[in-house]
Amino acid sequence: MKYDLIVIGGGPAGYAAAIRAGQLGKTTACVEMDRAGGTCLNWGCIPTKSLIRNAEIYRLLQHHAGDFGLGVSGLTYDWGKVVGRSRGVSDKLAGGIEFLFKKNKVDYVRGKGSLLGNGKVEVTDANGAVSVLEGENILIATGCTSRPMPGLPFDGERVISSKEAMVLARQPEEIIIIGAGAIGVEFAYFFNAFGTKVTIVEMLPQILPVEDEEVSKALEKSFAKQGIRVLTETKTVGSQVTASGVEITVEGRTNETLRAPVCLVAIGVQPVLPGGREIKKTERGYLKVDDRYQTSLPKVFAAGDITGPPWLAHTATFEAVQAVEGIFNPSYKPRKVEVFPGCTYCQPQVASVGLTEKAAKEKGLKYKVGRFPFQASGKALSVGEPDGFVKLLFNEEHGEIIGAHIIGSEATEMIAELGLAITLEATYEDLEATIHAHPTLSEAVHEATSNAFGHAIHI
Amino acid sequence: MPTFIEMPKLSDTMTEGTLLQWHVKEGDAVRSGQVIADVETDKATMEMEAFDSGVVGRIYVPAGGRAPLGAVLMALVAEGEEAPETPPATSAAPVAVPVAAPVAAGAPTRGAAVPGSAAPVAAVAVALTTSGGRVKASPLARKIAGGRGVQLSAIAGTGPGGRIVARDVINAPANGAAAVATGPAPRIIRPVLDFDPKAERVPLSGMRNIIADRLLVSKTTIPHFYLNVELDAAPLMKLRKQVNDTVGADGNKFTVNDFILKAMVLSCVDVPEVNAAFDVDAIIRYQSVNIAVAIAVPDGLVTPVIRNAQAKSMLELSKAVKVLAERAKTKKLSPDDFAGGTITISNLGAYGVDNFDAIINPPQAAILAIGSIRNVPVVSEAGGIVPGQRMWVGMSCDHRVIDGAVGATYLQALRKYIENPALMLV
Repeated sequence: MKYDLIVIGGGPAGYAAAIRAGQLGKTTACVEMDRAGGTCLNWGCIPTKSLIRNAEIYRLLQHHAGDFGLGVSGLTYDWGKVVGRSRGVSDKLAGGIEFLFKKNKVDYVRGKGSLLGNGKVEVTDANGAVSVLEGENILIATGCTSRPMPGLPFDGERVISSKEAMVLARQPEEIIIIGAGAIGVEFAYFFNAFGTKVTIVEMLPQILPVEDEEVSKALEKSFAKQGIRVLTETKTVGSQVTASGVEITVEGRTNETLRAPVCLVAIGVQPVLPGGREIKKTERGYLKVDDRYQTSLPKVFAAGDITGPPWLAHTATFEAVQAVEGIFNPSYKPRKVEVFPGCTYCQPQVASVGLTEKAAKEKGLKYKVGRFPFQASGKALSVGEPDGFVKLLFNEEHGEIIGAHIIGSEATEMIAELGLAITLEATYEDLEATIHAHPTLSEAVHEATSNAFGHAIHI
Repeated sequence: MPTFIEMPKLSDTMTEGTLLQWHVKEGDAVRSGQVIADVETDKATMEMEAFDSGVVGRIYVPAGGRAPLGAVLMALVAEGEEAPETPPATSAAPVAVPVAAPVAAGAPTRGAAVPGSAAPVAAVAVALTTSGGRVKASPLARKIAGGRGVQLSAIAGTGPGGRIVARDVINAPANGAAAVATGPAPRIIRPVLDFDPKAERVPLSGMRNIIADRLLVSKTTIPHFYLNVELDAAPLMKLRKQVNDTVGADGNKFTVNDFILKAMVLSCVDVPEVNAAFDVDAIIRYQSVNIAVAIAVPDGLVTPVIRNAQAKSMLELSKAVKVLAERAKTKKLSPDDFAGGTITISNLGAYGVDNFDAIINPPQAAILAIGSIRNVPVVSEAGGIVPGQRMWVGMSCDHRVIDGAVGATYLQALRKYIENPALMLV
């Protein structure tokens, strides 16, 4: 049979594309070489959030039980079970995707997909058996994998990627983390919470380089207080794998050789290209797509991480669904990612949407800034999470919100409101006119809005 | 099972369509994608394509027939299958155009669909953004449009669900299709306050807002022309003195304006063409003369109406004006007092204004502007210079309703009554 759509890759882009096509009544196959759910569900977003939850609870009991009048003695943890809980969550969700495939009549094909041309996809399964699928349309959603550090290849033991870091059999006493993006920062928080000595090395002047400078500085301060050694503006100039671990020579803020049994390299990702026919790529090696997500090959489309940044599960899903709508409805104009939130789940959490202050300046925009510290929030004090703040940027002329930056215990849950506000092109009047429940952390958004125009009540 | 093809919804304002022409007849084989008919909507004529293949089993709506949304137009059947003689009762849900329902419904389009062949895409998009008479636009888009004087209803939205977003407004003039205001939303050249930092900023009151809106519409959309006549007011002044001198202390005092009102009403009866209004596709000729009287009040003016003035004596007119003036002063005018004006009078004579032209009070077609009565030297019939009393009257006319000669005829009638005021009393 000839499928209406063959999706190569079963991650947030691939599985969403396949399910959407199924909903449209199209015959669909989804080819996945590992397990449905992709990096996000199996080796990224989901299992790391599980680990971080363990860390939060452990840290709260260990360091703050007394704040709440609680006495905890004999607090211990079982590393194997900490990791085990995270794997259990992934297993459960992966099963959920397979159920959704069945429900939407998507054929789930296990194996590695390769483009043969003319709508044919060769699938090689784990045992090396080869089969060929045929489809009217093909969507490539093969995603990305961790990028190795030149001169320091992954060995899975001493030099590891995030994938190994979340299933370490034993907790390391020390760890060096190279790269302070979301992945590096989240693992720094996680390992440190359980007592591993953490050093995080970042070449750029701030951790979480894509976030607003004020937020990154605040997080750096908080990390230092938690006992994490943060080396920004510090370059890795040499590395060596030894019998007992790794030696990393750094230059910049400090010139020294760091030693640890394990080094986590979290400097970014690289594309996982499907085999077979050549497709035009961008300068950075990602698949080039047009307005309708079509690659240089007719009827071959691509969406998600394989098409380049921002490498986020939620943007990948959005793109994939848009691509599918466009494939089956010629009069539909697929949308591209414009406004999207970015979230980092260490504590305090960091979340943002829209422009940073630096980006607004570089664009030559005239803007107003509103801030509100959680220190002044009744709810934040009640729950004992006074760290962090909300920072909002408004365009001066018409007052529309152009950027939102939150650092705080529930920042990632709070950012949705501001994403909606930006998508709806809300102005500060709309945010001010929206009554925020009391007491909530979200009130800080309302107050920061008022603060931008000089009439906040509580600061 | 036959496939029933229904009248599709092609714009949000569409409630029914005309089937201009069938391109197929009963018994013809139809392929999916084939143009089967032309449908005329309130906006455009579009080609209707079949979305299924089959044989035309029966046509229920003949060429030229009108059908409401969702009505079954024809049945497609398989080879050898019979179509029912009468169409089945249809679901209320009309068939959507593909452009209109891109992501929305999970259900794929059924029956028929119409590609935007004959109709400009913009028109369809506009219809989308104005669903239910409400323009779907972001708060920012509204603000920018307000500042630029761009009419949102003329813009095609590109945001989620066809919503108008900021870039649509910013690109509006450049896009060409999305036009700058055709109606009452011109650019406003904003005042610069640099030279007078202490200048006071007085927010618009409701009244000022209405004045701004209505008069802007009037002056920019009604093709005004102006007629001016100088009338001999001496006989009127003489008669007025006589009347006022003979009435008792508790009797009504007649103003000059009362005489002018009466003359104006009688002239409207003589020349009814000016007591009219322009509508989209017709001219409305009123049967009653309802005089709107411009009355200055603090921070603006009001134009309450004396209705059925043609049936009122000068005394009744005089009393009616006094009542309205008192209500205006004490802010007691009710909405009812403003309703139904057919022609307006504005008298600035008391302010010493000699001559002026007024802006028409829409939707009326004419307004009279009355100047002061001046003592001036005039050339008598005998050819000598004698003292005289003169009054200028300006008349502004909507040329769509009143032509120059008609306006002139009206002013001739007015002259007849003002210069021979006894005629007003008979």
